Amino acid sequence: MKAKTSSEPGIIEMLARSIAVLRKDLVCEFRTRYAINAIVLFAVTTLIAVSFSVGGAGISQPIQATLLWIIIYFSALSGLSRAFVKEEESRTATALKLAASPGAVFGGKLLFNILLLFMLEVVIVPLFVGMMSLQVKGWLLFVMVLVTGSIGLAVAATIVAAIVSKANAKGALFAVLSFPLLLPVLITGIHGTQAAISSSVFMSGIDDLKLLVSYTGVMFVVSLLVFRFIWED
Amino acid sequence: MVFKLLLGIWMSAVIVVAFLYAPAAEGFAQPDAARIIFFHVPNAIVAAIAFIVAAVYAVMHLHSRSLMDDAKSAASAELGLVFTALATITGSIFAHIQWNSWWNWDPRETAIIILLLVYLAYFALRTAVDAPDKRASLSAVYAILALPAMVFLMFIMPRVMFSLHPQDTLISEGKLDITYRLVLYPAILGFIGLYVWLFRIRTALAEIKLKMRRN
Amino acid sequence: MSVVISLELRDISKSFGARDIFSGINAKTGPGCLVVTGRNGSGKSTLLRIIAGLIAPTTGEVVLSLDGQQVPSERRRDVIGMVSPDLALYDELSALENLRFFARVRGICRTDDQLRSSLAQLGLEGREDDRIASYSSGMKQRVKYAFALMHQPPVLLFDEPSTNLDEEGIRAADSIITEHRRQGIVVLATNDQSELRYGDNVLELGGS
Repeated sequence: MKAKTSSEPGIIEMLARSIAVLRKDLVCEFRTRYAINAIVLFAVTTLIAVSFSVGGAGISQPIQATLLWIIIYFSALSGLSRAFVKEEESRTATALKLAASPGAVFGGKLLFNILLLFMLEVVIVPLFVGMMSLQVKGWLLFVMVLVTGSIGLAVAATIVAAIVSKANAKGALFAVLSFPLLLPVLITGIHGTQAAISSSVFMSGIDDLKLLVSYTGVMFVVSLLVFRFIWED
Repeated sequence: MVFKLLLGIWMSAVIVVAFLYAPAAEGFAQPDAARIIFFHVPNAIVAAIAFIVAAVYAVMHLHSRSLMDDAKSAASAELGLVFTALATITGSIFAHIQWNSWWNWDPRETAIIILLLVYLAYFALRTAVDAPDKRASLSAVYAILALPAMVFLMFIMPRVMFSLHPQDTLISEGKLDITYRLVLYPAILGFIGLYVWLFRIRTALAEIKLKMRRN
Repeated sequence: MSVVISLELRDISKSFGARDIFSGINAKTGPGCLVVTGRNGSGKSTLLRIIAGLIAPTTGEVVLSLDGQQVPSERRRDVIGMVSPDLALYDELSALENLRFFARVRGICRTDDQLRSSLAQLGLEGREDDRIASYSSGMKQRVKYAFALMHQPPVLLFDEPSTNLDEEGIRAADSIITEHRRQGIVVLATNDQSELRYGDNVLELGGS
């Protein structure tokens, strides 16, 4: 009889285990294509509806930035909530709890949601720029705001998805619970995107980037600390 | 009992003084209407305090797993919801008088409406979970997560972005008359007392309910 | 190398809301088999989930000791393997991919050959690369044994171990239990009369 004698995993080991969870989720996702189909189709439909109604009208920059983030936000709502609900519904959560530490599970699910949002943006942002004839002056700022904003959205959406997977009335509850937590990301994301559209000076959006990074950081740390109270019941 | 009596006298005095002793505030669009800040500001402050107390009891619950801590957290959130609603209404009335529009999406207005949404979401979550243990831990986690969102919306974003609200006029500059502060601070104290009194009633009620369920 | 192991339940109780499932459960066992029996709804599965650390008891504690050292709760998943009807593996993955994933996430190294042979021992030879979704319920049950045993845990928790198993599967489960109870602990939740014979100790729930 051999007793396992692995000590507390370090950060590298935790990351490796998170990536194991991520790989598992990616394989499952590519075999069923549930989330990616839902999220991309939702985004494309919304984009076409929006651009159909306002496309040629030459709308102002604040409204362009707002529309882009609203499309990303609602698409995120349609796809990111699945992360934990799927494990509960297919009753695989028990096996995962028996084998994986809460940190690895949260890390893996978060990485999966970040990747999902990035995949969505790779499709939707060029389409948006084309269909809305968006003129971006500061591309670097534009991309950085999108990337940090998406990570922020993913962090808050992942922890709320974990809460919602344990409650009844999951669908409606996810939107209700996540909106207040996502709002700081949305407001600063819209503000920063607007700055990137209207100015080629990178520093014009530096305050927004700072806010995004710090909020995302705080939410990540708090989420990691409280996750085990949701996961282990 | 004594606390309740003193509180009643104190609050009555605050109301009398707010309307009769404090001078009309020059510098506002309608000086007399500015008296509403004696009620608006304390409401907003108590709303923030109630929220923090709810988060503190949430942390204590996750540590102790005691349902009493959960009940206290929920009681504080409940009161926070009431005070937030009052702050929103009084603020909106004053905005209408001062800036001639009921709602401006000024950062503080955004923050208070989000606070309202957080509380509503919190209670939506509580009704969506049946098992008391699970309800307690999930809503505790949500109360804790909502705190950084509130701090960002209330204190950090208004500093970075433009606000219609007077920045720190009540704390630093001499824009407000000293007599104003002499009324405002006791008013804040009175509202905090009101919160404490209501919180103790809710807590006692929750304790009885928990005991009854156990038996 | 032999490891001294003991499992102790100290005054465990569990209630969901106002409903008490059980209370005052005390038991202590060293290497061997502890059988938990009781009518349906008496809390056998709940007790196993508490021992596994999946849910917290309302009062009391589970003390697991290895070599006289108490195992901290966050390391309990390393020393426990569990088979239970309310545990499922990933339908979208093959049996081998499932095991590979669980090995990675546990941070243990297992070659594909090792994993294949563990599946072969459970009579799943030739089907390792098929998705679990295409398996019969008995085959799924067998994969769960491979999942529970892969990290060679000193404590095994089996909830109704012969669920869905055929004669051959029951024999495989039987050899796992008889083999393991010599040095490790097996906790068995069952109402099957033929499985009561494993019990070095028997804990009857809801008896009084």
